[in-house]
Amino acid sequence: MTTSTGSAGLAQPRRQYQAQAFWKRALKRPEAGALGGAILVFIFFWVMAPPFRQFAAFTTVLYQSATIGIPAVAVALLMIGGEFDLSAGVAVTTSSLAASMFATQVAGSLWAGVVFAFFFSLGIGALNGLLLIRTKLHSFLVTLGTFLMLQGLNIAITKLITGNVATQDISGMSGFNTLQRIFASNFMIGHAQISIAIVYWLIFVAIATWVLLRTKIGNWIFAVGGQGESARAVGVPVNRVKVGLFMLVGFGCWFLAMHLLFAYNTVQSGAGIGNELLYIAAAVVGGCLLTGGYGSAVGSALGAFIFGMTTEGVIYADWDPDWFQFFVGAMLLLATVVNTWIRLRATKGK
Amino acid sequence: MKYLNRTTALAAGAVLACSAALIASPAGAQEKQMTVAMITHAQPGDTFWDIIRKGAEAAAKKDNIRLIYLADPTATKEAQLISNVVEQHVDGIALTLAFPDAEASAVKAAQKAGIPIVGFNAGVDQWKEQGLLGYAGQDESVAGKAVGERLNQEGAKNVVCLDQQQGAVQLEARCNGIKDTFKGKMEVLYVTGYDMPTVKARVQAKLQQDPSIDYVVTLGAPFAPVVLDAITATGSKAKVGTFDMSPVAIDLIAKGKIQFAVDQQPYVEGYEAVDMLWLYVTNGDTVGGGGPVLTGPFFVTKDNAEAVAKYAKNGTR
Repeated sequence: MTTSTGSAGLAQPRRQYQAQAFWKRALKRPEAGALGGAILVFIFFWVMAPPFRQFAAFTTVLYQSATIGIPAVAVALLMIGGEFDLSAGVAVTTSSLAASMFATQVAGSLWAGVVFAFFFSLGIGALNGLLLIRTKLHSFLVTLGTFLMLQGLNIAITKLITGNVATQDISGMSGFNTLQRIFASNFMIGHAQISIAIVYWLIFVAIATWVLLRTKIGNWIFAVGGQGESARAVGVPVNRVKVGLFMLVGFGCWFLAMHLLFAYNTVQSGAGIGNELLYIAAAVVGGCLLTGGYGSAVGSALGAFIFGMTTEGVIYADWDPDWFQFFVGAMLLLATVVNTWIRLRATKGK
Repeated sequence: MKYLNRTTALAAGAVLACSAALIASPAGAQEKQMTVAMITHAQPGDTFWDIIRKGAEAAAKKDNIRLIYLADPTATKEAQLISNVVEQHVDGIALTLAFPDAEASAVKAAQKAGIPIVGFNAGVDQWKEQGLLGYAGQDESVAGKAVGERLNQEGAKNVVCLDQQQGAVQLEARCNGIKDTFKGKMEVLYVTGYDMPTVKARVQAKLQQDPSIDYVVTLGAPFAPVVLDAITATGSKAKVGTFDMSPVAIDLIAKGKIQFAVDQQPYVEGYEAVDMLWLYVTNGDTVGGGGPVLTGPFFVTKDNAEAVAKYAKNGTR
């Protein structure tokens, strides 16, 4: 009951909140810690790596962040809803393969390929969700299964259909130029190239934030992840919300897949493995709880941004490449520790 | 209970008889069919390894061999695969010594079981000491040195070597080979497999970090077009060369956008490895006269790109 008075019956307790300073309220948001971590990492590389200070470097970092951030927004919502998706990394590759092969081998049209992949990706999401509900297994296990299956299917079907393990170059097909403009165009600001993926990423984060904080569906997502059984008892359609969330991850994968397909023209069928952990990491660094019911979309973006800054920053700082992964891991850990520290301080110091 | 046991026994017997018949039928027609296992450290879904496999399959078909193809990119699992096929009593093993130390004990066990082994693709410095019958492949460090000399000729001063699999000896050997002969500055940049946006962003970052870089050498062909993208994005003047080939890379060489590709002819590697085993098992022959059978390096440049392109389109070069 206390949760429902918190969101629905704001009239009374609201005065108390208004008495608090803006920054105090801001610090209590799930993404506050991640913002602190991001600022810290940014300042760190700003000091350590002179090339990091150029605007062009900033856009490179943003691009790397966007390619993690687009699926990570959806993954964050799913995690707030209390579930995992380990299949998201390879599902991106599955989607680009589906589009490319349907276009080249079946329909002869890239538009048809894109639409086919769209429904295919949503279908994978729905399958994950339905399997979860039917088997009542933990989503970790269900999606581990689909992850491995998709990984195998990606290679097997590509090989079966094209005879190779990478798809044909699609850049010569009609419709390529328009679709590339939609999904993978670049524009210049000064000397810096900016990918349209960055713009989409920010739009998706904005929409997801609005849905989470201002709509009934947003409330449902929090309720389903926090207290599934109670949510069901008060009439939240738990199963539909969960299936919907998995399909949303499917959408995120599809969108990134289309970007990759039209930016790089061919698809290696073995790609994408391991990225699911980056999406989950971005969401968690950004303040999502592994147990569900808590988190934010902006946080996932900050998490992706921290990861982007770290991987690129190590290169800008020109540290020994043999230590690359170690530095990345250490920086992420540091950012997460700072993040948690800020969050704890903020929620304690009323 | 008894009834159940008998039926299962019957069923098992029937299955055995059937499978025996299946195995026996081609053997009955001609000589006994050989079974050869090919074990590699391929990442799943890698174009290059697919060409090796096609070469191996071509040899297997010609020599009437049943080919078992297994791959795992991690050291312990590749070694495990060797032990697995020894238990299957195969007639020969063709393997890549990508992780020679990790594989050593499994190789020894296979030799003890009397199974002939040849190496290919990786382990040019180790195959002899581990007592393999022969080796087909490129001497990676020779290939690296050839690239280093080529870079000197082209007047490069500051080179990045793009490595997609940190810790794999044959890739390290290429970069080290370049370092040996190249007179300018060379640095290694690691990327993680086939995650192309990551490759692009990291190369972009490297080019922004050091604008004097004038050449990028990729250790796999699928990365070369991505590096070109990164070069355009940063406005760098760097040129691109690559190890290995792909249809797209050859097309870009013909257009003059990529300077060269170092072909180690993977099809020949796969083919030779299987064929060597056949020669040894059927006639006791060894190939190479105590040295490796070199399948490369062969430089594909603008001048010969067109001739090579049609085979690349088939996925065999």
